[in-house]
Amino acid sequence: MATSLRINGTAHNVELPEDVPLLWVLRDEIGLTGTKFGCGVAACGACTVHIDGEAVRSCQVALGDVWGDVTTIEGVGTPDAMATIQRAWVEEQVAQCGYCQSGQIMQAAALLAENPDPTDADINDAMQGNLCRCGTYPRIRAAVKSAARMMKEA
Amino acid sequence: MASVGKILRRTFLIGSTAIVGGVAFGAYMVSRPAANPLQPGDGEAALNPFVFIDQEGVTLIAPRAEMGQGVHTTWAALIAEELDVALEDVRVLHGPPAKAYYNTAMIGEVLPNKGYDISDFQHNLGELLGVVGKVVNLQVTGGSTSMRDGFVRMREAGASARETLKEAAAQQLGVPRDQLRTDAGKVIAPDGTELSYSALAPAAAGIDPIEARLRDPAQWRYLGQTVPRIDIVAKSTGTAEFGVDVRLPGMKFASVRINPRLGGVMNGFDDSAARNMPGVEQIVDLGNGVAVVATNSWLAAQAANAIEIDWGAAPYPPETDGLFAEIAKAFDTRANSTMRDDGDVSTIPSSATRIEAEYKLPYLAHATMEPMNATALYTGTALEIWCGNQSPTFQQSTCASIAGLETEDVMVHTTLMGGGFGRRSELDFAGYATQVAMAMQGTPVQVAWTREEDMTHDFYRPGAMARFTGAVDGGQAVMLDGQIASQSCAQQAMGRLTGMQMGGPDKVLVEGAFNQPYAIPNYRIRGHIAELDVPVGFWRAVGNSHNGFFFDTFMDEMAYAAGADPLEFRLALMRSEHAPSAGCLEAVREMSGWTGQTPDGVGRGVGFTYSFGTPVAQVIEVVDEDGTIRVNKAWIACDMGIALDPGNVRAQMFGGMIYGLSAACYEEITFADGAVEQLNFPDYEAMRMHTAPEVEVRILETNTHMGGAGEPGTPPAAPALGNALFDLTGIRARELPFSKTFDLLI
Repeated sequence: MATSLRINGTAHNVELPEDVPLLWVLRDEIGLTGTKFGCGVAACGACTVHIDGEAVRSCQVALGDVWGDVTTIEGVGTPDAMATIQRAWVEEQVAQCGYCQSGQIMQAAALLAENPDPTDADINDAMQGNLCRCGTYPRIRAAVKSAARMMKEA
Repeated sequence: MASVGKILRRTFLIGSTAIVGGVAFGAYMVSRPAANPLQPGDGEAALNPFVFIDQEGVTLIAPRAEMGQGVHTTWAALIAEELDVALEDVRVLHGPPAKAYYNTAMIGEVLPNKGYDISDFQHNLGELLGVVGKVVNLQVTGGSTSMRDGFVRMREAGASARETLKEAAAQQLGVPRDQLRTDAGKVIAPDGTELSYSALAPAAAGIDPIEARLRDPAQWRYLGQTVPRIDIVAKSTGTAEFGVDVRLPGMKFASVRINPRLGGVMNGFDDSAARNMPGVEQIVDLGNGVAVVATNSWLAAQAANAIEIDWGAAPYPPETDGLFAEIAKAFDTRANSTMRDDGDVSTIPSSATRIEAEYKLPYLAHATMEPMNATALYTGTALEIWCGNQSPTFQQSTCASIAGLETEDVMVHTTLMGGGFGRRSELDFAGYATQVAMAMQGTPVQVAWTREEDMTHDFYRPGAMARFTGAVDGGQAVMLDGQIASQSCAQQAMGRLTGMQMGGPDKVLVEGAFNQPYAIPNYRIRGHIAELDVPVGFWRAVGNSHNGFFFDTFMDEMAYAAGADPLEFRLALMRSEHAPSAGCLEAVREMSGWTGQTPDGVGRGVGFTYSFGTPVAQVIEVVDEDGTIRVNKAWIACDMGIALDPGNVRAQMFGGMIYGLSAACYEEITFADGAVEQLNFPDYEAMRMHTAPEVEVRILETNTHMGGAGEPGTPPAAPALGNALFDLTGIRARELPFSKTFDLLI
């Protein structure tokens, strides 16, 4: 039985068992590999996507349970047309290995959509589920603030 | 005196060889140019193994693996600096496995010198030993060696390519080469005529490479500056391709289950439940485990979980306590090394105060964000492998041997890595992918590990113990005698990588302890190897990762026993021994406003380790917040001589410290029934946004030899934090992680 999904504005019919987590639908079926697998137990945030604008761990949402429109890092912006938050990530030179950064950006984007002027404490609360083994935290913090500033000026 | 003359002559010759290194390797047999692995087609020119120019433009080959440390950007900057191309206009590729890409700096590290005190002769000897790297095909990213390895060679590669292109233009225009200049990928004649490098490439290919003098650093445009990372846009848009992102037409996805009793056999398995699960295409017997090939990674993992497997026993004591009992027994065996034995540790003044301490550090996993994986396609006569890895030549030869192919029939594509930290120098993930691909001839298969498989099948940082005795007199250290016991990760890993057994004194086991720049008059360090078969390997900073803690914590204990300020105590012993190291301590003293006093509820500690040629000092501040301790601030000073990209160095120093603090605070690998007990991040926590300290990094450039950046930030982190916790609480924790002793914010 096919399941219908709307991902980055495009409709998809997916022929997979309904208990397959959204993460593995995106990566192995649709070919959207920007969303990463890190732990499979919602402990690292690498697989963060938006469903109807809300940041969720796609490793924990079964295909059959997807309740709205899905946005992945590829839907936020592209190398030739980056979103403001991605430009902030480039400006602050955040990434090292870069593997966790899709999830970091998706989590930060949801934070900024809800709270356009986050304090350090707000950033700590929102971002603490997103692990980075390279230790890019100071630049993630700077990029969130920089994106907030750029969004206000826009 | 004849021998002195001989040494001088050799020094001179070695120096001459180093000048021609990179493009042409000089006079020694082993330093003959290795075959250029790039095979240019029509209209293309591969001027040397590091610069490739075709009609599309300029491609630089950076055969060191990019795992986040920024090596591609800085390596490319080294070439671009001399070649006169804009960094934003070049492509950078990992390059194929090839002898030409061997690591010259890594083998030099095996010399039994302390590092900080080496003479120019020893430095040059290290560079000569570097050519041995070519003999054993040591194309490895590790040991914080990339910049030391590439600093001269890559600029020479760029300069030689530039002059060769100018020669091609000179012949075409009839203008002497010395009247031509270069800029932004073009050769420019005095009359303003411009010829692009692409246009000159075919002609340049027929000209023998021309040697050129390197530019004065005062003329540098990229080096010494923070340049934008060349991978930054891809890594901010989800378009960077890691190993696990490789997608090939018709590709299948596989999940492996290997004996969790590491090195144990598989007695048998029952896959009857798994065979009919959704998406399953094939189940492969790997000998010591199984793989399920399916249409989707998650379906493969579910089916793999449904296989009932009868695992054989582990070839080591099955419980953590039993392992550490074996490690402790090693103290009673003959020392494997005595890498430092200054003065006489058995005679100390009668007025001196003796202190003793025993320390114990756990096994540790690497826990890279991207779990191990490799993708393979086997056709029957050839094998292609795609994976993030730190050692492509070894991947190639190992996979060839598994597949029964010649090395040249195996192609290794090195992708970006979601972290390495030493884990991706191992060969297991590509080996399993080869086995699975052989069972799926003609179909590409991606073998991706679950986090649980990754955490429980690592090559761990060995558990380690130390026994230190010291004596202080008149406020100064007069004796330090340390014994360190652990498995030898160097012997085990080199055996796996090269097939050669490495005997003799293991410098890695005692690095970070024997080679610290302190003028302690009676100073001895002995290493003892515990013979155990737990798989152990290179973990960021390797031996320094445990010895930094042992040595520097003991320095703090001695300072306390001497009634001295811990920072001044270290400085007094360091000034005469190594000025750049002392400079780092003085820098963090000033940056942190160190007074030796802290208010109630605040603790500060200093930590120092000299490793990979780079001294690093850190001051860490902890605060007590209603009984929970938080790491509040950190100040770091380092001196690697020349900081080629200061922004990247700052990121490496902070990242290295965070990696060390994660382990120091929370991480421990334990064994029960022969298997690792930690399965996933909830059992193996790390620093996060809210637990990471604010940090300030200062880069000094006084060191006369170039040091590394990727690892030296890690070793001083644990002792600096432990010393701060002692300052706050009066409790000296001699075991890690600190979460066992203190209520840390998590």
